[in-house]
Amino acid sequence: MYSASDLRKGLKIEIDGDPCVITDFQFSKPGKGQAIYRCKIRNLNTGNSFEKSYRSVDKVKKAALESRDFTFSYEAGDDYIFSDNETYEEVHLSAEQLGDQRFFIVEDMQVEILFHNNKALDITLPNFVEKAIAETEPGARGDTATNVTKPAKIDNGYEINVPIFINEGDIVRIDTRTGEYSDRVAKG
Amino acid sequence: MIEALKARDALMQSIRAFFHSEGFIEVETPVRLRTPCMELHIDAEPSGDHYLRTSPELCHKKLLARGAEKIFEVAKCFRQGERGHLHNPEYTMLEWYRTGGDYMTALADTQNLLQAVRCAVPVALTGEWQIFSVEEVFEKFAGWNPVENFDADRFDFDLVEKIEPELPKDCPVVLKDYPAELCALARLKPGRPEVAERWELYLNGIEIANAYSELTDPIEQRARFEKWGAQRHSFGKPVYDLDEEFFQCLEKMPQACGVALGLDRLLMILVSAKSLDEVLPFRE
Repeated sequence: MYSASDLRKGLKIEIDGDPCVITDFQFSKPGKGQAIYRCKIRNLNTGNSFEKSYRSVDKVKKAALESRDFTFSYEAGDDYIFSDNETYEEVHLSAEQLGDQRFFIVEDMQVEILFHNNKALDITLPNFVEKAIAETEPGARGDTATNVTKPAKIDNGYEINVPIFINEGDIVRIDTRTGEYSDRVAKG
Repeated sequence: MIEALKARDALMQSIRAFFHSEGFIEVETPVRLRTPCMELHIDAEPSGDHYLRTSPELCHKKLLARGAEKIFEVAKCFRQGERGHLHNPEYTMLEWYRTGGDYMTALADTQNLLQAVRCAVPVALTGEWQIFSVEEVFEKFAGWNPVENFDADRFDFDLVEKIEPELPKDCPVVLKDYPAELCALARLKPGRPEVAERWELYLNGIEIANAYSELTDPIEQRARFEKWGAQRHSFGKPVYDLDEEFFQCLEKMPQACGVALGLDRLLMILVSAKSLDEVLPFRE
């Protein structure tokens, strides 16, 4: 159990059997009154967000979450199949569940999957992935300015903004947490 | 941050000038106390075999009992576990007392003070002051009367979630006459003992100051502290020793009124900051 003073943004808790995450947190304390911890909460099963306030004396259940290491195996239709590094058990995650993260998954990628009662809830990719630029307008010769960007596509069609000096075939590093260009790894 | 430091300096100068022009004297009272004030929901930070003060209130009243008439202090205070965009465990309180008046005298002082501060800092606190009773705002925005049917939990939740967001932001707002259960050291209203002579000031919807007609009855004061001590015990919170010297002083203390005003929050409002982070240069 957590006490209300443990609550903070990002904490995973359980409400009515559902795993939830605190997405916003505010401490209030009126005049001579008791502390009130006002939380915005997202239900990780349904995706619904709601608000809930706790008093200092309230207890909040910890979400029984388990995180395991997986390796990406293969793609089948809209499903992405990962295998447990220890038990080789396979887990399917749909393109919808993965969202934009699916664009950054590469062969044999090591990922962490978060489970609640054996149901996969969330996936954490390595922070950076290297991808080849499949399509972009040619950059002007000698132009190394980094604050000017242009659109580019990687092999699976995902579009990012890259500096003007990036060309087709270059290998770039993408930050999987933001989905944004980070730096150039190699010239094509 | 340098701008906030300059604004704080200007604010401090104007506050001291105001109080001195009104005949108040600046006092300094102990930061470490053996017996901090026993409030239900305010927790003192231990410091060796003492506690850091949560307010200079008890010491100020001892000075009034010894003959001081108008005093103020810029007091560093400490409250355990209070941290948020409007809270810091260490903060600066401006506290002042004058003998002879009641909470409405304290309101006039506060209005004059903010008028003086407005001149020193180039941001206006505009708008006519609006004064509401606690009953009025609860009936209007929360649909119940906390004086007739007191419910501590419901009061705090509704105040934070239903009342405070609805208070006007373009003028100073005063809520007055709190349920008798919610006055730590305030006098009950003569002829209407179900409410206490206490008000709270809100600027920009942010709670900025708390004022009382001070309770001078040592028997009633002791009974309140003992009641909160028992409740604190039932919550599993530390129960502080009672300050016997304070009760003795209350017997000699003349009728007085006092205000505690959060200076860091006032500065936030004067410089249009969203959080204490913008005005406190050292935040953990």
